[in-house]
Amino acid sequence: MSAAPGSRIRPRRALRPSPEPPPARPRSAAPARAEERPPSHGWRVVAAKETADHLGSVRLYVLAVVLTIAGVAAIYSMSQVIRGAAADATGYRSLFLALFTGGADPVPAFVTLVGFLAPLLGIAFGFDAVNGERADRTLPRLLAQPIYRDDVVNGKFVAGLLAVATVLVAVVAFVAGIGLIRIGIPPTVEDVVRLVLWVALTVVYVGFWLAFATFCSVAFRRAASSALVAIALWIGLTLFGVLLATLVANLLSPPGSTSADQLANLRLRETLERLSPDTLYLQATRAILDPRVTGFGIDAALASQSQGALPSTVLSLPQSVLVVWPQVVALVALTVVSFGLAYVTFLRQEVRA
Amino acid sequence: MASATPLPAEADGPAAPGARPAGAPVIEAIGLTKRYGRRTAVEDLTFEVRPGEVFGLLGPNGAGKTTTVLMLLGLTEPTAGRARVVGVDPTRDPLEVKRRVGYLPDSVGFYDGLSGRANLAYTARLNRIPAREAAGRIDGLLARVGLADVADERVETYSRGMRQRLGIADALVKDPAVLILDEPTVSLDPEGVAEILALIARIAVERGIAILLSSHLLDQVQAVCGRVGIFYAGRLIAAGTVVELAARGGAADDVVELAVAGGADPTGWLRSAPSVGDVSSDPAAPGRLLVRVAAGGGASLAADLVAAGFAPVHLRVREDRLDAIYRRLVHAAAADLPAGRPADAPGDPLPSHRGEGSR
Ligand SMILES: Nc1ncnc2c1ncn2[C@@H]1O[C@H](COP(=O)(O)OP(=O)(O)O)[C@@H](O)[C@H]1O
Ligand SMILES: [Mg+2]
Repeated sequence: MSAAPGSRIRPRRALRPSPEPPPARPRSAAPARAEERPPSHGWRVVAAKETADHLGSVRLYVLAVVLTIAGVAAIYSMSQVIRGAAADATGYRSLFLALFTGGADPVPAFVTLVGFLAPLLGIAFGFDAVNGERADRTLPRLLAQPIYRDDVVNGKFVAGLLAVATVLVAVVAFVAGIGLIRIGIPPTVEDVVRLVLWVALTVVYVGFWLAFATFCSVAFRRAASSALVAIALWIGLTLFGVLLATLVANLLSPPGSTSADQLANLRLRETLERLSPDTLYLQATRAILDPRVTGFGIDAALASQSQGALPSTVLSLPQSVLVVWPQVVALVALTVVSFGLAYVTFLRQEVRA
Repeated sequence: MASATPLPAEADGPAAPGARPAGAPVIEAIGLTKRYGRRTAVEDLTFEVRPGEVFGLLGPNGAGKTTTVLMLLGLTEPTAGRARVVGVDPTRDPLEVKRRVGYLPDSVGFYDGLSGRANLAYTARLNRIPAREAAGRIDGLLARVGLADVADERVETYSRGMRQRLGIADALVKDPAVLILDEPTVSLDPEGVAEILALIARIAVERGIAILLSSHLLDQVQAVCGRVGIFYAGRLIAAGTVVELAARGGAADDVVELAVAGGADPTGWLRSAPSVGDVSSDPAAPGRLLVRVAAGGGASLAADLVAAGFAPVHLRVREDRLDAIYRRLVHAAAADLPAGRPADAPGDPLPSHRGEGSR
């Protein structure tokens, strides 16, 4: 089907807002007028409305409650461990961050829980973004207003991200407060900054899932199909991502018997794993919250070995940021690709179902 | 503010070549064509709507009315041909068109969790109407469409007719120069239909804006539209005022309802009368006959009947000549088209919600 008019394929962003269009204008001026088209602020209006919808929505409160319960359980049991071991020299550099990164069997670490649930947050706020408007039959009415089509997608994305960020900040602040009271050791400024950066990282990660779910909401007319496909990718990547990477790596670069072969196989496997936002996020989480992490995978291990194995190497905050930078860029890139897919698909769709 | 447009007559650029001098058209379609794959939804459509005019797009389901409307709004791109709406090409500058055209989509939907007022306020914000101005305008519109009492209730509590009226208010929020209403009365009960039609007629008079209304129900188009375009299988097969269209079918017959006093049966006499075409009994009223006469022949029939000694107690020329023209044109068009016509056409091209059809 043909691309819909009103797309941003034509220039628009660099354009000046034109004053009120003159009542009479010569016909020949029409093409030129496209050059002076005012920029649209439609996405802000859409975002404001959608954010208000999200903040009053049941799904936001359900997700916040689930995250809070899981978070409190994790932080509480970890603080128990820390209180018991605080007298000893523990392996943790920062007890405050250990609250979040450490798991006290059988309760997983807080970051593990969030890493697992984050995709759900993104999917929850994105899976019915566009098909919901179709189902409610509000889409033709919305698109008949003077806004661009991508204003709809952009506005909804921003609103979803705001909602997710609100939930995350609230939950993390809440459980951090509980943890602090329990262990009674104030965090350093660096600890707090690392935690804030981690929350930001998590928002970026959720952003990927939000963008993917938004794409699904464009591609699938039924919200149930859209949610199912998004969840399938989530479960698939989480459960079978490593398996798949191993299979493909073994196929393309068989492990063989020489150590060179094995190394090549391992490198390929790790590269493939990094195609998954899941892996990227987990690696970045480790490095941003644990200053001892200097790199990932086999190459980092080899490097630290050849340097004479200094297990006590501790990175400064900027160094840690540098370590996770590629991961963050890759995550953002994946988000942009999903988002672009959603955008292009939407532009090519008919307004009516 | 862009939506506070002057009257469309002044808003237009120079008239297109061949346009009628009486005010440049606010809507103009020239050879508009839309194909979906190999299927043609709208074929070489040319028509215009002039300022202050209520134009009815009449056609059976699948005729291409909605497709036409979407092309006029720049919501879908024509395969060929072009359109100008308020002097703007909707393909080139859809935003300008959307700024100045109010649109009621067929089976309009609202955000059910929001109030009627909040739904309209969202539209106002999307049109960048300042909040204070919007609030006043929305109050006025809600009162106009009779929803002032329920303005702050959630739309999910609204009836179908209330939603439709809210939809009309929504289309008017931007103070449009043109109003496009796609099947505004579909799936309403007769009372709701009457309300909506009265509302549309009042808006046309009060605001003096051009209105394009699509419908598959003839009597509704007839009730509010000054001019009608009859649309079938993507083609405009006739256009003009109701009178013009009726005149076009000059050879057309009138159908006269007839009952005579005293239990007399004029059938035999009627059959032999030269001016009478066809006689049948009226299925809707026992004892009444339907008599087909040449157009305008109703009056002379009355005189002839009296002269022949019958006493007509009921004689009425059915006002369904447009209906008849519509049927004839549609059937003719259907016969012309080899294949590829909508499956649901021409069996009954004109479902009328009136109990009394033409037969
Ligand atoms: N997205 C689409 N893809 C293919 N065909 C379509 C699409 N939308 C509409 N059509 C076809 O175009 C024709 C005109 O439809 P439409 O404009 O909705 O008619 P109306 O509004 O008069 O009922 C129909 O035959 C319909 O099947
Ligand atoms: Mg339609």
